[in-house]
Amino acid sequence: MGTASGTRSRWGLRTLGLGYLALLLLAPLVMIFYKTFENGLAPPLEAITSADGLHALQLSLLMVAIAVPLNTIFGVGCALLLVRHKWKGNSVIDAVINLPFAISPVVIGLSLFLLYGTKGWLGPTLSEAGIEILFSVPGMVIASVFVSLPFVVRETVPVLQEIGTEQEQAASTLGANAWQTFWRVTLPAIRWGVAYGVVLTTARVLGEFGAVSIVSGSRSGETETLPLFVQKQFDNFNTAGAYGASVLLAVLALTTLLAMNVLKRKEDA
Amino acid sequence: MEAHSATASATRAGIRLPWVGAGLGRGTVVLYLSLIVLLPLAALVSQSFEGGLSTFWTQVTSPQAVRSLELTVVASLIVVAINAVFGTVIAWILVRDDFPGKAAVNAVIDLPFALPTIVASLTLLALYGHESPVGIDIGLTRTAVVVALLFVTLPFVVRAVQPLLIEMDREMEEAAASLGASGFTVFRRIIFPNLLPGLAAGVALAFARALGEFGSVLIFAGGLPDTQVSSVFIRTQIESGNDTGAAAVSVVLLVASLLLLAVIGLIQRWGNRHERSAAAGLTVMPMSGEDFTEKGGEDGDR
Repeated sequence: MGTASGTRSRWGLRTLGLGYLALLLLAPLVMIFYKTFENGLAPPLEAITSADGLHALQLSLLMVAIAVPLNTIFGVGCALLLVRHKWKGNSVIDAVINLPFAISPVVIGLSLFLLYGTKGWLGPTLSEAGIEILFSVPGMVIASVFVSLPFVVRETVPVLQEIGTEQEQAASTLGANAWQTFWRVTLPAIRWGVAYGVVLTTARVLGEFGAVSIVSGSRSGETETLPLFVQKQFDNFNTAGAYGASVLLAVLALTTLLAMNVLKRKEDA
Repeated sequence: MEAHSATASATRAGIRLPWVGAGLGRGTVVLYLSLIVLLPLAALVSQSFEGGLSTFWTQVTSPQAVRSLELTVVASLIVVAINAVFGTVIAWILVRDDFPGKAAVNAVIDLPFALPTIVASLTLLALYGHESPVGIDIGLTRTAVVVALLFVTLPFVVRAVQPLLIEMDREMEEAAASLGASGFTVFRRIIFPNLLPGLAAGVALAFARALGEFGSVLIFAGGLPDTQVSSVFIRTQIESGNDTGAAAVSVVLLVASLLLLAVIGLIQRWGNRHERSAAAGLTVMPMSGEDFTEKGGEDGDR
């Protein structure tokens, strides 16, 4: 089909598609870096290394350190149950796992706000026991776990279905117990799928804004993660601060993209 | 003979959850999901009906709530329509075209999934706001809502259509072309119907995402009465202490999410019947189209 009109329409589609991507994706990405370093390295660096900036970074990393392992263990276990153990309730579990994908982060934040608030079902009881969930770190962790819950399950289920059970059968025939089979046979076979889910979970936790902003109260130096820090700095007309933190998050996002591509290739190989 | 088959059935299912029985595992999963997901949502629904059905209705139909819901739905519809077209075009050039840097373009498609929404909002304002270096000032307008939503929902259609294009059998197209069908006819009669399950799933996922989007809209479009989408409206209601109003509008969004999830489930079942999983290649929102109750492997509790 090397006709002139074929070539023309090919160039037309190419220009259309790439032009759209340039305007919508590439230009904003370039803009973050341009705006950040417009006045040199000092202003953004100063913002990130300020006490509040560093605290926000630490808190973001803490969210990752708690939410990611929790959702990874849950995700792998849940995927094993869904794929390998037939049960009437599996389709319900499957449906509930998809909920965080479809629900607005603000709705998630509000739900937690109402449950753990002073008039909520759990708030007063926990408060009496000296446990504060709302406007403190535990509430932010719960919000992070909620929004990032589906990724590991969703990435692990198809891989588990694909690998089948032959190797595991062989292992158990040779006398391996379930625990040994899981570590030596199953986990190595699904590792790239799980890793891919972990990367997505991490990216989501690092970037979460809506849900966390509602349950955290956004107190600088106390309950402020990096995305909340970005908004606070913007509201305070400290654009250097906002961009400094943004560039950090953008670099993490680009690293995520890189990791996704490497892992996808390993998974397909 | 009997002993032999007993061993076989004991190992046939492959690994089960190590160290715990399926029952304990199931209990843990149900408890986790209930505590993290279901209990908070139940609290939300309960709060929204605290003043009875009439209060719920008054809150949902207040002028500002209706305005925000209208804006959210209309903007989302515009956005999915535009991204359905451009998403398909982009998927097409990524699969059928070849140009330098294609791998990089393919990788950057997922950027909106990886970039925090608040960062997206900030840069879109810098780029297309009042200080725009390219002279386009749409900041704090309804157009900004649309552009922000275009950004965050871009990957869905691309990633849903791409795998279908890769798998598509090109013999049919060649046969049609050799019989004299024009390029457009081949697309309309052969390619498009094959892409439809993926396109529909991608559009539904993008729509769900657009309805609830918050961060990317916040800075770029602002929270003006005129540019307030529902999620921003909910936020203002929380801040002004109107928990019931916030919860009522949230329940409307929640119901929309549930309906869309159901629709996506149906689309995927339909896509699977066409021998392909409609969203098999979705990188961030892959839903299993599997019906676990029918073929979930061996039963652990026999």
